[in-house]
Amino acid sequence: MAVSETVSALPAVGTKLQVENLNIVFTRDGKTTPVLQGINLDVSGGEFVCVVGPSGCGKSTLLNVLGGFLSPTSGAVKIDGEVVRGPDPRRVFVFQERGVFPWLTVEGNIGFGLFKLPAAERKQRIAHYIKMVGLQGFEEAYPAELSGGMKQRLEVARALAVNPDMLYLDEPFGALDSITRHIMRGELLRIWEAERKTIVFVTHDIDEAVQMADRVVVLSARPAVVQQIVSIDIPHPRDISSPRYLALRDGILQQIGLAHKI
Amino acid sequence: MVRLRPIVFIAVLLVAWQVAVSRHAGYILPGPWGVVGGIADLVRHGFLFKYVVASLFRVTWGFSLAALLAIPLGLTIGWYRRGQMALNPMVQVFRPISPLAWIPLAILWFGVGDASAIFLIFLGCFFPLLLTSINAVRNIPSVYINAGRNFGLRPAALVYRVLYPAVMPQLLVGLRITLGVAWLVVVAAEMIAVDSGLGFLIVDARNAGNRYDLVVAGMVIIGLIGLLLDTAMHSLEKVRSFRWAYSED
Repeated sequence: MAVSETVSALPAVGTKLQVENLNIVFTRDGKTTPVLQGINLDVSGGEFVCVVGPSGCGKSTLLNVLGGFLSPTSGAVKIDGEVVRGPDPRRVFVFQERGVFPWLTVEGNIGFGLFKLPAAERKQRIAHYIKMVGLQGFEEAYPAELSGGMKQRLEVARALAVNPDMLYLDEPFGALDSITRHIMRGELLRIWEAERKTIVFVTHDIDEAVQMADRVVVLSARPAVVQQIVSIDIPHPRDISSPRYLALRDGILQQIGLAHKI
Repeated sequence: MVRLRPIVFIAVLLVAWQVAVSRHAGYILPGPWGVVGGIADLVRHGFLFKYVVASLFRVTWGFSLAALLAIPLGLTIGWYRRGQMALNPMVQVFRPISPLAWIPLAILWFGVGDASAIFLIFLGCFFPLLLTSINAVRNIPSVYINAGRNFGLRPAALVYRVLYPAVMPQLLVGLRITLGVAWLVVVAAEMIAVDSGLGFLIVDARNAGNRYDLVVAGMVIIGLIGLLLDTAMHSLEKVRSFRWAYSED
């Protein structure tokens, strides 16, 4: 009795996402380019995984396959043991380019995926997530009136509002200035700790990955293979000048083949 | 003060026009007073209202039919790339043919009357609207379509909630330009294919006694109505949920 209660109170454990021997080959003008080669990856429920790798290696391609926007050439992506066959509101993608709808207000954007809910509940859900991402007072504003960081928060709120199991974030903070990016990392971690979604986060910023992730997946240059998976065994909030942090970061930098002197 | 400038400028031009006409020996143009007299004549005999309505009636029909057919067709073609590739050469051949080149065929098929004029306006609007719609769809950033699919929209909802709002700003610009084209074509069509309307007024005024005051009166009215139509379309572009494309950061 007591045991089962404890179990149900915990976040979902066990394997959420399985990538099995995934290959992606692009064909254009009769020329074939292998992009991803034999990718294997398991992600547990509630885990925060970052994917890093050199520019153009296929990180975003991998995320697009996970999201169901792209079919694998061979291999499979399974979520809860079920093969992914297309996009699904249970796992929401936050896009690299600003993906908020410019023709909808902040409220309209957050409510976009809530069309199945009754109006009262929808309204409540919208208000909740506006508050969560700190956009109170901007309910009626259009994205063009928001700053870059606010737009990105809006997109995260739109994704969270449909209560997905998983979030896929494709370099979501790449276009932001370094101060805003820093704040946004903290916000995302706060939200993740509150909601415990399974997160796959693609970034080209190794510091960002080591600051946020439970595990960092390092991809090689194209055709990408998984070069290494690094567990970041530092509790949050992380001290980014601690020796352990620096050691993990430098290990990844070395893995990618970057010197740590400029 | 700044808003008065165009009015002052027009007033100066009108005075210059009047002075130039009165000092010139031969008759090459009626003066502004003569034109005002012409417009008054048209109003007195009830022609002005009747002809304006006749022209607007044809433009409305030709333009609306073209919009109703070209926009859904163009959006569909733009959505399916293969259809676009198959149809593109044909559209590109038809597009540069002036609608006026169709006048003989229009009269052969529809006779002299409203149907011919409407057909010509339809042709003048159809191809520009088709191309605008095709391009509008193709210019939708794929991120919006993907986001729509991600939130589980069925195809019909995807069209209504993503495709339609995403193409709207571009379509409005296309519609505005095309309405201008329609207004150009109706005047030309009425000179040949019908016996009413502002285009007919201009030809008729010349043929039936060289009433150049009425000719220029017709031109002035065409210009003013064209301006009103454009202003009306332009005001649509200011609607907040359409305006995003014009204020992109």
